[in-house]
Amino acid sequence: MPEIELNLISGRTIHQGVSMEAGKEKPAYTKACGIIEMDDADFKRLGAWRNTNVRVTSEYGSVVVKAIQTTQGPHPGVAFIPMGPWANMVISPNTYSTGMPTFKGVPVKVEVAADEPVYDSLELVRKACRGEI
Amino acid sequence: MAKIISDVVCPFCGTLCDDLEVKVSDDGKEILEVYNACVIGTEKFLHSQAKDRLTVPMKQDEEGNWNEVSVDDAVEYTAQMLCNAKKPLMYGWSSTNCEAQSKGHEIAELVGGVVDNTATVCHGTTLIAVQDVGVPSCTLGEVKNRADRIVFWGCNPAHAHPRHMSRYSIFPRGFFTGKGHKARKMVVVDPRSTDTAKMADLHMQIEQGRDYELLSALRVAIRGNPLPETVAGIPRETIQDVAETLKSGRFVVIFFGMGVTQSLSKNHNIDIAIALTRDLNDYTKAAIMPMRGHYNVTGSGQVLGWQFGYPFCVDLSRGFARYNPGDSTSNDLLRRGEVDAVFVLGSDPGAHFPISSVKKIAQLPSVCVEPHYTPTTAVCKLHMPVAFVGVEEGGCAYRMDNVPIETRKVVEPPEGMLSDEEFLERVLERVKEIKGVA
Repeated sequence: MPEIELNLISGRTIHQGVSMEAGKEKPAYTKACGIIEMDDADFKRLGAWRNTNVRVTSEYGSVVVKAIQTTQGPHPGVAFIPMGPWANMVISPNTYSTGMPTFKGVPVKVEVAADEPVYDSLELVRKACRGEI
Repeated sequence: MAKIISDVVCPFCGTLCDDLEVKVSDDGKEILEVYNACVIGTEKFLHSQAKDRLTVPMKQDEEGNWNEVSVDDAVEYTAQMLCNAKKPLMYGWSSTNCEAQSKGHEIAELVGGVVDNTATVCHGTTLIAVQDVGVPSCTLGEVKNRADRIVFWGCNPAHAHPRHMSRYSIFPRGFFTGKGHKARKMVVVDPRSTDTAKMADLHMQIEQGRDYELLSALRVAIRGNPLPETVAGIPRETIQDVAETLKSGRFVVIFFGMGVTQSLSKNHNIDIAIALTRDLNDYTKAAIMPMRGHYNVTGSGQVLGWQFGYPFCVDLSRGFARYNPGDSTSNDLLRRGEVDAVFVLGSDPGAHFPISSVKKIAQLPSVCVEPHYTPTTAVCKLHMPVAFVGVEEGGCAYRMDNVPIETRKVVEPPEGMLSDEEFLERVLERVKEIKGVA
């Protein structure tokens, strides 16, 4: 299976904001934030269809999210996961003496994981804390 | 007959819109409609009415099962946890009012805790930079009435502060800005072509993480000195064009967000953004302002500032206030295993901290005071639901430009539900008893 390298950033989206306020245990939050926004060019390199589940892996962790076509592109080579527990599974916790983890600019590898599930936020964090994923 | 409550303040983001109208049922118990708010603010008001809302404290037993407990038990567990800990982390404070923050700090002083707010993962690096080099700033009213050059650097208000542009920065007609957006120039710097960037007169699609270089290049261009062909992926001509646009304005305002605070270079990015603002003051009037996220994260910094002299990550464990970002900040403390209990109020580190920090919270005695179910409540030992500040409770909040605004109560909380302040007051009383303080 092909695997591509991307530069990951995280941040707010309006869907993230609305679904967060509507309840982080609800499916809408997973739909809004359990995603990775990628460029068409990167989908081609990956050899994957849009709306496929992918595994995103960095030096700091790994998470399965749904890969969707970027909504605020083009930005080839850059991937975007809305702020939330999915992004926080892979971003760099290094603060370099500022207190601020490095939420933007994390090298990640993306590979197709069509058969793996995208967990909801509560389940994702619980499983990660129990060491199950 | 329904009634309309006007001049309601929105408790979502740092824009703190104060022109909302809320239609409530005649008995004052139910919110029927919300007017003027953005879609996120509206959702916040309406979600407080959710039928599945948790109203009783829940405690997790050793096997991970959740059981209902009384409010008295919740107060007792929280007070004992804080008193028994050598160095408890008391994190959050950004989604509550200044009154509750102040009460929480009293507890922190008595138990020798570390008080940190959400700036630690948001504009903490901004606060470091402001302390290093100062900040030429202004109010949002001045922006509306005077600013004709607006820069959004590493922020996306179309998504994160949905009414910022329409109320203050781009579209409104002010006293000296009678033509509204037609007389304003909008510059956006972002590695993505965001919905904000698409509205800009000039979008500099910067290479991600190269903010320091581009800010430096703008300083060079403003002085009229030579530049290389491209800087941070932006052609020299574009940089010179932006520099001229800014210099020719009557009042420049640079708004900046997580794009600069969370990328590598962090506080240094902001140092140089402030230096650019200073440089611009040689030619015109210029100011710079962080786009604050939570509606009262600025207030938390203010209250900590009045009481202890520092705006976030205040360590009281030695009996006096210490402040050392990188040492007394939440993520560093958690990752190094330097705290032995976690108290969370008015934020959600479970969703917004790196997972390595969340894992540490899950291993410790922990309390989460929060109206919603969140990833934090999922891993904490005690979940204490409370009333929504700004919806079911009033109190002071600070807008992103450091202007305090009194939020309004629009409906009654569910029966027996405490506010943050009331819960903290009860914990404080019990902590005083345990510590033998009069």
